[in-house]
Amino acid sequence: MLIDHEKSQALAENLANQAEVQGRSLWKDAANRFYHNKAAMAGLVVLCLVVIFTLVGPLFAQWDNEEIDWNALGNIATAGAPSIETGHYFGTDELGRDLYSRVIQGTQVSLMVGVIGSLIAVVIGTLYGATAGYIGGRLDGVMMRFVDIMMSVPYMFILILLMVIFGRSIFLIFIGIGLISWLDMSRIVRGQTLSLKNKEFIEAAIAAGVPTFNIIVRHIVPNVLGIVIVYATLLVPQMILTESFISFLGLGVQEPLTSWGVLISEGAGTMSYGTLWQLAFPLFFFVITLLSFFFIGDGLRDALDPKDR
Amino acid sequence: MLNFIFRRLLIAVPTLIFLVVFSFLIMHSAPGGPFDSEKPIPPAVKANIEKKYGLDQPLYKQMLNYIGGIVTEFDFGPSFRYKDRTVNELIADGFPVTLTYGFIAFVFAVSIGVSIGVYAALHQNSWLDYSTLSFAIVGQILPNFVMAPLLVLIFTNTLGWLPGGGWEGGKIQFIILPAVALGTSYLASIARITRSSMLEVLHSNFIRTAKAKGLPYKTIIFKHALKPAMLPVISYLGPAFVGMITGSVIIDTFFSTGGIGLHFVNSALNRDYSVLMGVTILLGTLTILFSTLVDILYAWIDPKIRY
Repeated sequence: MLIDHEKSQALAENLANQAEVQGRSLWKDAANRFYHNKAAMAGLVVLCLVVIFTLVGPLFAQWDNEEIDWNALGNIATAGAPSIETGHYFGTDELGRDLYSRVIQGTQVSLMVGVIGSLIAVVIGTLYGATAGYIGGRLDGVMMRFVDIMMSVPYMFILILLMVIFGRSIFLIFIGIGLISWLDMSRIVRGQTLSLKNKEFIEAAIAAGVPTFNIIVRHIVPNVLGIVIVYATLLVPQMILTESFISFLGLGVQEPLTSWGVLISEGAGTMSYGTLWQLAFPLFFFVITLLSFFFIGDGLRDALDPKDR
Repeated sequence: MLNFIFRRLLIAVPTLIFLVVFSFLIMHSAPGGPFDSEKPIPPAVKANIEKKYGLDQPLYKQMLNYIGGIVTEFDFGPSFRYKDRTVNELIADGFPVTLTYGFIAFVFAVSIGVSIGVYAALHQNSWLDYSTLSFAIVGQILPNFVMAPLLVLIFTNTLGWLPGGGWEGGKIQFIILPAVALGTSYLASIARITRSSMLEVLHSNFIRTAKAKGLPYKTIIFKHALKPAMLPVISYLGPAFVGMITGSVIIDTFFSTGGIGLHFVNSALNRDYSVLMGVTILLGTLTILFSTLVDILYAWIDPKIRY
């Protein structure tokens, strides 16, 4: 009897403990996998540091990004070198402007281009792809042929054309990048939607009389979100590369605004004058940020891609 | 197969038309014509100039004339900025240069990329395999506009081995840096793609059968494994080619090779619309044609692909 009593007590305790254990959602599983990916976590930390640097960095700047240091101007190679005393932590650029402030500004602009371009892709691409895939039929054919055509247009030239004609502005870069960034996304989402739309829960929603638009937004989109997030993360560096490419040519953002492409281009133009820091600092931020995004994207893919489970 | 080619062309042709019409319309909606200068010219003179370039005709007629000129005589019209030169001359001037180092970069990227990829797959988890993987990641974040300055910094400014710019009629030492700068990131991607597809093929059943049959190692690799492993690489050649054409703009500008990309950027900065448009249409047509070609080639090689 005593043993039985103990047993049942233990059992009750066990049950009580079990009730406290919460079921793990798929998202939690994915998060766990992501936390155990060292490269991805390192990328996340570095990226956070870069973001913090762009936010906190200006507080320590002793020079404005447009201000010209006349003492350094005639003699950039020595007077404009990175030093704590002059307040130019990263040195100055060829015009005697503080590179520290300019790198911060360039980082802000480039990151913004990447993130906004990626957001546009997420919103337009997801809705477009889900609509095409879910409704299907002739509409799907027309919508996807349009994507095919848009994808084979050499967009870099079109983008430059737009910048030349309508003037170089950051706004136009957003529009231009937004025009092309969602194409791949819509294809991926459409493919996922095709496999989702015959599932029972969609059938149930149809039977319950949910309008088509609501089915797409409430039932299809949340289920493709995993792959959308992965792809959006990988899209950010691509957008940054596109913007840097155009800015490197001198056709991108206009002074006094700056971006990594402009800074790398300026640094590359003056590297034979012994002012290597002008290339090194922007390049350093460019490389570590892009690397972080790639590692985070890879980590997210491993964490969220159902094929690897 | 014919059906597939027809459907692929059904995409390519509207794309081409879209490209031409879109760039034409956008050119002409531009604020400020090519002959607006700071000093106002007499209306009669302006009318004469506009008549000479056909700018007084209605827009659709201008467009038809322009397209007709390209299709029938390969004539892109006169340059608006350099009064004595036609766009054709500029293109004839710059295109061979771009083509030369572009072709070398392409061959360089494909041959070395495939070799490294295959070697890495055959020696999985060796040091070379790991260095290939890290090289592939580095290649992704070192695009041509980063590679070019770095190469010049190392090989011109520090070592002094190679010239950091110029063309000199295409002497070999002037070609190396542009070609390497243009090709490296694609080389890295091709190596990565080759490696992973080769690994997949090597683990497949038919390779195991071939091994069980006792076929020599070389025969297995080169006769049975290599061909299916090349499929993803071929499908990547299209995007790689497009990327290199676009990248040539950077290379031409940075190395002052005098290629077609330089004309493109200069015309963009000078608002020389006819050159800008001629180059856009030429390079755009090339990319569209090449992508179509690669797709058709891919479908031809791989019988499983039928859209």
